[in-house]
Amino acid sequence: MNFLELIWMIPLFPAAGAVAMLLFGKKMPNWLVSIICPGMVFTSFLVSVGAVYQLSSLPERQFEKILYSWVPGASFQMANGQLSNLGADWGFLLDPLSSIMILVVTGVGFLIHVYATGYMSHEGGFYRFFGYLNLFMFSMLTLVLANNYLLLFVGWEGVGVCSYLLIGFYFHKKSASDAGKKAFIANRVGDAGVVLGMFTMLATFGSIRYTNVIAQAGSGNFHIGDAAITAITLLLFIGVTGKSAQVPLYVWLPDAMEGPTPVSALIHAATMVTAGVYLMVRSNILYVLSPDTMAVVAGVGAFTAIFAATIGIAQYDIKRVLAYSTVSQLGYMVLACGVGAFGAGVFHLMTHAFFKALLFLGAGSVIHAMSGEQDMRKMGGLAKKIPYTHATFLVAALAIIGTPLFSGFFSKDEILWRAFISPVGSGILLYGVALITAGLTAFYIWRLMFMTFYGESRVDHHAAHHLHESPPVMTIPLMVLAVLSLAGGWIGWPTVLGGSNHLEHWLEPVLGPGAKILEEHAAHGEHAHSTEYMLMALSVIVAFSGLSLAYYFFIKNRAAGDSIAQKFSGVQKLLENKYYVDEVYNAVFVRGMVMNGGEALSKFDARVIDGGVNGVAWFTRLTSTASMWWDKWIVDGAVRLTALVVNLTSYPARILQTGRVQLYAFSILTGLLIFFSYYLFK
Amino acid sequence: MLNEYFSSVDLLVLKPAILLTLFAIGVLLTDLMLEPEQKYLNAVMALAGVGFAAYSLGPWPLGLQHQMGMAGADALEAFRGAVIVDSFGIYFMWLFLIAAALSILISIRYLEIEGEHRGEYYAIMLLATVGMMILAIGMDLITLFMGLELMVISIYILTGYLRRDRRSNEAALKYLLLGAFSSGILLYGMSLLYGLSGSTDLRIIASSISQRPAGDPLVLIAVITICGGLFFKIGAVPFHQWLPDAYEGAPHCVTAFMSVGPKAAAFALLIRMFLVPLASVRDVWLPLVIGVAIATMTIGNLAAITQSNVKRMLGYSAISHAGYMLLGIVSGNENGLKGIMIYLMVYAFMNLGAMAVIVAMRRKDIIGDEIDDFAGLVYKSPTAAVLMLIFLLSLAGIPPTAGFIGKYFIFLSLIETGHYGLAVVAVLYVAVSLYYYFQIVTSMFTREATDNVVPALSPGIRLALGVSLAMTLFIGLYPNPIIEVAGNTVASILR
Amino acid sequence: MPPVPTAHYVFLSAALFTIGMIGVLTRRNVVIILISIELMLNAVNINLVAFSNLLQSVNGQAFAIFVIVDAAAEAAVGLGIVIALFRNKETIQADEIDLMKW
Repeated sequence: MNFLELIWMIPLFPAAGAVAMLLFGKKMPNWLVSIICPGMVFTSFLVSVGAVYQLSSLPERQFEKILYSWVPGASFQMANGQLSNLGADWGFLLDPLSSIMILVVTGVGFLIHVYATGYMSHEGGFYRFFGYLNLFMFSMLTLVLANNYLLLFVGWEGVGVCSYLLIGFYFHKKSASDAGKKAFIANRVGDAGVVLGMFTMLATFGSIRYTNVIAQAGSGNFHIGDAAITAITLLLFIGVTGKSAQVPLYVWLPDAMEGPTPVSALIHAATMVTAGVYLMVRSNILYVLSPDTMAVVAGVGAFTAIFAATIGIAQYDIKRVLAYSTVSQLGYMVLACGVGAFGAGVFHLMTHAFFKALLFLGAGSVIHAMSGEQDMRKMGGLAKKIPYTHATFLVAALAIIGTPLFSGFFSKDEILWRAFISPVGSGILLYGVALITAGLTAFYIWRLMFMTFYGESRVDHHAAHHLHESPPVMTIPLMVLAVLSLAGGWIGWPTVLGGSNHLEHWLEPVLGPGAKILEEHAAHGEHAHSTEYMLMALSVIVAFSGLSLAYYFFIKNRAAGDSIAQKFSGVQKLLENKYYVDEVYNAVFVRGMVMNGGEALSKFDARVIDGGVNGVAWFTRLTSTASMWWDKWIVDGAVRLTALVVNLTSYPARILQTGRVQLYAFSILTGLLIFFSYYLFK
Repeated sequence: MLNEYFSSVDLLVLKPAILLTLFAIGVLLTDLMLEPEQKYLNAVMALAGVGFAAYSLGPWPLGLQHQMGMAGADALEAFRGAVIVDSFGIYFMWLFLIAAALSILISIRYLEIEGEHRGEYYAIMLLATVGMMILAIGMDLITLFMGLELMVISIYILTGYLRRDRRSNEAALKYLLLGAFSSGILLYGMSLLYGLSGSTDLRIIASSISQRPAGDPLVLIAVITICGGLFFKIGAVPFHQWLPDAYEGAPHCVTAFMSVGPKAAAFALLIRMFLVPLASVRDVWLPLVIGVAIATMTIGNLAAITQSNVKRMLGYSAISHAGYMLLGIVSGNENGLKGIMIYLMVYAFMNLGAMAVIVAMRRKDIIGDEIDDFAGLVYKSPTAAVLMLIFLLSLAGIPPTAGFIGKYFIFLSLIETGHYGLAVVAVLYVAVSLYYYFQIVTSMFTREATDNVVPALSPGIRLALGVSLAMTLFIGLYPNPIIEVAGNTVASILR
Repeated sequence: MPPVPTAHYVFLSAALFTIGMIGVLTRRNVVIILISIELMLNAVNINLVAFSNLLQSVNGQAFAIFVIVDAAAEAAVGLGIVIALFRNKETIQADEIDLMKW
């Protein structure tokens, strides 16, 4: 069977599932839904595996299946004077990059679907949930399989709509629909960037088909730093910041956790949010042609990584910790693209999909066990109660902090190394930021581990009564993901450690042209293997110091941690409680912040004596509090302000509509007079 | 002697219009014989009229010409050049017939609920369609003017059709006063065109205008007044203010009809006027059109954001769509005009689809046109909610729905002609438009239902929804056929 | 007696048209507004007939007749609507009819 000819069917299976849910879902029993929807995704997975296997035997490792021409050609005068065809086809492209994406999307997607059949079994609207989920799979697969930017945009919008619907799935939660709105605004800004980028691309290359664009860009007609290409890449990057939750448009992602947990795992961790990274890797040749954009990308990525990590430290909601962690890890991927390490970005995208999906599903299992409780302060000592969840969670936690041999180690280390030797921007600074982030990551993930699974139990007796391990339908996907989180990184085993980095070679056809340009134009010296070993060791040391610090504060010496938290409790409470009040409270809050800060400073010397450990902790607390403050007031404020401004601009537009017919006639006359005066005075 | 004035071609060309008129009269007569519970037969008869008219147009898209055995000819001239049937006219006639058929389908149940189910309604709707057809094929000022007035006067009546409803009365009055006012302005411009050329034939006017010196004040005044009148009919800012009020006050099904048919007819007139008699003074009207297009997109999109009434919101959105379409006139090249053609056809399906859902929301004691009425629709009727979602996505121009195709061509033409600034503005306003369309989506999908009354999807509404959905998706996914037809159309008008 | 120059007719028409417009904008009574609109249409008719005479073309006069027919139809419908409105609202003052706005 020729699976390559069937790649256009891959998105269609889940689409069929979604249509079936819409038409007949209401009358279907849950068990049937649980078979159809995951079954459709599994079918896609099987076809994907078959197609990728066959792709690997093609010499050029690229296969394009064009169904029909969609928006057909219009003759177009290109920048260099020749006529070109703008047509976009309804066509699919399977190449090394999209093959990795479809395997991750269908594979992880299938596991999450299976898990969801257990997790959502007590919820209303079961069929609706799976209908949305299948629709999401359709859009995501279209996004990654498209052979042109326009079809990619179809998927891009589709995943946005599904995400929006799924965030608001629990309609009775007011916060859920607010969160949906936030996601909507942030993504709208990003999408406008993508559309404009696409049109600029049309105007520059005369095509939006990948192969044409890449051929054009690599033809040598465009020099490094070409203004049009810089514009395109920057506009696309706006879309990336929206979809992949980068500063400043990251705000929606933490709030998106209002949706059901499998959704967080599938859409807001493993697949949709990586669409932006995919878009950049797909356009890698454009990015390498624009060093300015690369610098922006690297800067934004690094900043997002460390910024989100500091916020993650102070969160108590288990899902929110993971949400900020996702933002931070996405920052890593974007950073990788920014320093030209697109392969490393894809590698981390893949391993992250495994371990972050596992973390979220594990968190879902914890929440399930705790009868819906998400506050880590009310957990603790769960390791023995839910052993499978704990064991798999442990694997993921070790993977994300970059424990050697675990998947996260290889991908993260490659990014760190490439940042260090980066030809773009100041490599050492980026490396430093990424390294500190690695330490913070270890700290907050293990803080979560210790608060949830170890130490004494703070579970209230009511929840303790119901405490139970999740059913096999949920734990088996966890186990599969745990295996992937451990072993998934081995395909990118770096040469320096005696491996052959299969992934790098696999991606060669996609990344080769860009890499060549990068190499030609960036002079960078030879780096000894010893440096690479040293950096590896360093990152492992940093990760484990983070872990130990978390151990110190949350197991060994809770008092120390608590006392510091105590000092800032006023600030924290104020933050929690005053979230919904208007700006009037802002002043009050700021005053409170200053007073607390002053008090803290006056006692600072006492704390210095307590030792460096405390000092470090104090600093991280302060930064995380500050960034939380920033997040809740400035960023949320900005979103609210956007909505407010949009609403406010609406009123002047309506004000002339007085309802009086003669004023309408007057406006007609005014229009005519304006026309006349235009000619009189021009 | 008679042959000199009436030929078989004349009859053939007007056959659709004549059939519709006959059926309109027929509906009025049979209405007298029908019991109150049989009134739906009026709708059946009106639909039959539309069907016969469509049949007489022949197979899509150029049947009429084939029927004459003149496949090679570009166009049929009749009535000594006062009427010309080319692919442009046929395209629009199809569009009007589709709009009329779908509107009739969604009217039946609505009128029953309102207790105003009478034959005049369908008769007037058919007559309005006749007016539109004449607008699309007229090549003479008098013919065009009569077509225009037949259309708008019918629409005034339909707008005020709910005699006992104050909002309907008010909408009709406002529409009539302003419509007549703007018709006066348009007529004044037409009289000047006549004075400048001594003929009412558009082509003769065109050649006389092109011989006038640049900056001739009479030409200037004619252009300005004609632009004013035309901009009023398509609902462009600052001549738009009748539109939200008329849309809100009119019966739901009339809003559906007038947002599609008359709008397309007004665009047909506008394109004819700009491309035939005023083609040589393009430099004069182009700045006006650019300014008006920007203002229209701005006001339409911004004012829609804070509306709480869905019909009124769609009214403002109709204004903004007119703005996008004007951009096609600005670029004025083949793709731009093709974009307008496709846009109008697509707009007919998606807007009628969205309006059909609103009509279905009209139940006993619930007017159903507030955003709040849509709360939790997905729990009551998933089908209606998902259909509405698709139509709204299409209105916002999200691929792969049909709405995208129209916008694609218009934006493309802007890039081709170097209007990058306008393209950027338009794209940004598209982003804004999603914001207000999604207020309805939010209401449908993420809010709790306030009542348990399930929307009434009568057979007529189901059929209309099915057709609209099929076309919205089909054109979006596989636009080649309509692109080809629109291409022929544009070729015939640019010739 | 020499014939009246066409320009005079055109100016008369413009003046009449302007008067009609001002009437539409300023008079409160809907019936008067309708009459003002008739004035505008008649201004157009003067134009058409004057041009018809100047250019020795019959089209203008035909056009004028059609305009008259149209004006009559518009007035009929307009008055019908005014009556319906008056039944419901008991007013024909244009500035009191503002149920729908913003």
